[in-house]
Amino acid sequence: MREVLEGSQAVARTVARCRPGVVCAYPISPQTHIVEALSVMARTGELSACEYVNVESEFSAMSVSIGASAAGSRAYTATASQGLLYMAEAVYNAAGMGLPIVMTVANRAVGAPINIWNDHSDAMAMRDAGWLQLYAADNQEAADLHVIAFAAAEELGIPAMVCMDGFVLTHATDVLELATQEQIDAFLPPYSPAQALDIENPSTIGTMAGPESFTETKYLQHLRFLDAAGVIEAWSERFRKAFGREAGGLVARYDPDTLDRDGDAPPASAEDLAVVAMGSVVGTLQATLAPMRAEGLPVRLVGIGAYRPFPREALKAALGDSRHIVVVDRALELGAGGVLTGDVGRALAHTGSRIHSVVAGLGGRPILEASLRDAVRRALADELPALDFLDLKAGGVPEPPVGATEVAR
Amino acid sequence: MSTVHIPFLQTGTLAVGGRLLDDAERSVQSHADRPSSLTKGHRACQGCAEALAARWVMDTAVEATDGRLVVANATGCLEVFSTLYPESAWKPPWIHSLFANAAAVATGIASSLHAQGRDDVRVLAQGGDGGTVDIGLAAVSGMFERNDDVLYVCYDNQGYMNTGVQRSSATPASARTATTPAVGRHPGAPQGTGKSMVKIAMAHEIPYVASATVADLRDLEHKVRTAMAIRGARYLHVLVPCPLGWGSQSSESISLSRAAVQSGIFPVVEARAGELTDVQRIRERADVEEYLRPQARFAHLFKPGGEDGLQRWRALAEANIRHYDLLGGRP
Amino acid sequence: MTQVRIHGRGGQGVVTAAEMLARAGFLAGHEVQAIPSFGSERTGAPVVAYCRFSDARLRTREPVLEPDVVLVQDPTLLGPARPFAGLAPGGIVIVDTTADAPWVREHAGAQDADARVVTVPATRIAMDLLGRPKPAAAMLGAYAGCADHITLDAVQQVFRARFPGAVGEANAEVATTAFAHVRGDLYTRDDSPEKGDAAAPAGPRIVPQEVSRA
Repeated sequence: MREVLEGSQAVARTVARCRPGVVCAYPISPQTHIVEALSVMARTGELSACEYVNVESEFSAMSVSIGASAAGSRAYTATASQGLLYMAEAVYNAAGMGLPIVMTVANRAVGAPINIWNDHSDAMAMRDAGWLQLYAADNQEAADLHVIAFAAAEELGIPAMVCMDGFVLTHATDVLELATQEQIDAFLPPYSPAQALDIENPSTIGTMAGPESFTETKYLQHLRFLDAAGVIEAWSERFRKAFGREAGGLVARYDPDTLDRDGDAPPASAEDLAVVAMGSVVGTLQATLAPMRAEGLPVRLVGIGAYRPFPREALKAALGDSRHIVVVDRALELGAGGVLTGDVGRALAHTGSRIHSVVAGLGGRPILEASLRDAVRRALADELPALDFLDLKAGGVPEPPVGATEVAR
Repeated sequence: MSTVHIPFLQTGTLAVGGRLLDDAERSVQSHADRPSSLTKGHRACQGCAEALAARWVMDTAVEATDGRLVVANATGCLEVFSTLYPESAWKPPWIHSLFANAAAVATGIASSLHAQGRDDVRVLAQGGDGGTVDIGLAAVSGMFERNDDVLYVCYDNQGYMNTGVQRSSATPASARTATTPAVGRHPGAPQGTGKSMVKIAMAHEIPYVASATVADLRDLEHKVRTAMAIRGARYLHVLVPCPLGWGSQSSESISLSRAAVQSGIFPVVEARAGELTDVQRIRERADVEEYLRPQARFAHLFKPGGEDGLQRWRALAEANIRHYDLLGGRP
Repeated sequence: MTQVRIHGRGGQGVVTAAEMLARAGFLAGHEVQAIPSFGSERTGAPVVAYCRFSDARLRTREPVLEPDVVLVQDPTLLGPARPFAGLAPGGIVIVDTTADAPWVREHAGAQDADARVVTVPATRIAMDLLGRPKPAAAMLGAYAGCADHITLDAVQQVFRARFPGAVGEANAEVATTAFAHVRGDLYTRDDSPEKGDAAAPAGPRIVPQEVSRA
């Protein structure tokens, strides 16, 4: 059934239908609507056989999730920004112990200066924590990704973040079709932990590993991560078959002309400028590039679905023979450029590609179609520098036009 | 088991496990089939009171729950000396996650068990004073105020011994540590600092709070058993001398614990719902010197200029005696 | 595609208005999108929210920069919020006020704007019929009265669904009254002693609607 729903509501309902055993909540904007909605469902019984725990910090939210997952429950929490960084130690710990927790990250900037709006710097700070990072292009995918995330995480024994742009998606209302309880029950296997704190078969979890075994432990974690790409693809393909729509996957391809998502779209060709992006800006790029294609401009769009593991091979396949790339990046590696650009560059090493990093939308700066159009035109005209800050205002921070800022005061 | 008060002379020592008693009233450790939850192969120092206390606590909890016990452990000596991969000295299902989060991990386990309908399986969390009173305090407090069904045990050796004896907020005044060296005009840990975790726990008005030492293992056992008979958040604070950190002989861990209690420095108490319900009276009053002098960390108190510090210790003991009525009205 | 921008103040239900508008548009058969612009604002601070209707799937996530319709839930925002900025030629500006269109234009500095200005005493209607200063249903009722993107029936439906019971019914009545007001059946305040608010500022009771001036 297609219905009008806020992104956070859609995620909360889908998570509830994945039947988590323990949900932890600590408030931080912009993820709060998700855990608020889950708290209502926990009270009404819509979320049954589930403990909803109000904890005292994000660090404890992840720690409670660790205990719950280790004790054999499907565990879920949500956070953003400072909250993700406050729980950082436990984020790494969950991955090291192979606990398949699923966490929504409502992507938000990291201070200082404090800023509650969207960019990707929070999740990027955790890129090497050993979690899967799946990015939603829109609210439909944000909801659907949670089903795929639980399935893939539990098969792999690797925790998963579902990253959705804070406010831009979490607080936006769209026409969506949620996976039903029956569909999810048929799709998602019950949680069957590979290891658990079991009184019948006692085990010690979380031992100390010395220099003689730490490298091997990390190597095994690395091998498991290499498996992750195939597992994510397989579950995404199963999802497409079961639900009749595309979600997840490592890399999203788009029809050259309609810009509709299409897994069978051909790779970019040698004359194409390929725009690579991740998160909700993909939607704005669809809207921006379709008219440019109609003008006959050689532009293609490639979306990153899984940022971790980084899908080098799938990305190279989608980029085809294109050697001219623009990466629209929502996080900044200080002194270098866009964070995603670094990953794309590594994937395309020795291919002779020209890669532009367009840093856009930091701290909630709206990414405008006109600005993207301008950047793409400049790239086509060989006028775009290797690193460009979209809509950077020289000479201070002037008065913005109405609508181009979040709040006019 | 009901509590039976046994005259000291009748048993010889509290540590023999009560072999003169009826079988049902003997200590867990006196039985051939004791759980040995913390078993052979661990790497604790000689005279480590934490290892001794943990063994008694765990075995009692295992017996009290008929083996239905899951343990969450904070980072610290106890975790390091018991679980160096690929070995483990723990028999119960046991998890170590991080330094600051044992209480939260325990909450997660308890929540999971409840969601699974396994309320018969109980949860015990344990950590040192650093993981409890310092870095883990927020998680401990959160677990307390939610009244989660967890027994949290703090083994208090009064410092960060695992990292080489640095000061914690449980380090007593004057104590020499690696970060409060016994040099300068005010040697050792500063006066007027530190906090009482027992009082903090009581302020949460949780169902059960108690303190104990390894000098009275039957009392420790009794408190664990009492705690395991109660649902909700419970806290047990155990003083555990550390020969390495305290600069004491490995043979002195029991006698130092006893001196701490008998001098009034470490009150052994029980509280329910925030109200003090029992206090272990001083049996034979000891001077604070009996506690302080064997410890090299207090050596500067017994050198010229140390009188002032010593006086403060006497005042602390007097204050405790008054506050908790440790002499039971006796002079 | 039709784009709508809503100006109001924190606590007035601006975000709810955008969501309700999207829901009503969906009932009218459109693809819809509502984007609230959340700030760290508190009650009373200026708030903006956006809504889009389209026959094709909506993909863009940029804020609405060139609205076809602007709703202003508080006339004190006419100056500072610049509601006429970016307005599409011939666009509609619906303002919650007891004053008239020339007054709105003057206070917005938009005397010559190519726009159709509609005024509706939305908050007054809400206070009378709902008892709370929540003008959203009135604004959407007025919207249904002057453009065919949404219907009055759809507005009533979405408010009844969101607020089941008496509050939903009252909102439906608020919407109907505002709808009738902009259709020419001008709202007359019930000034009877039981319901009236003697302290309310006097304003023009009869509000002639402005016709589109191209």
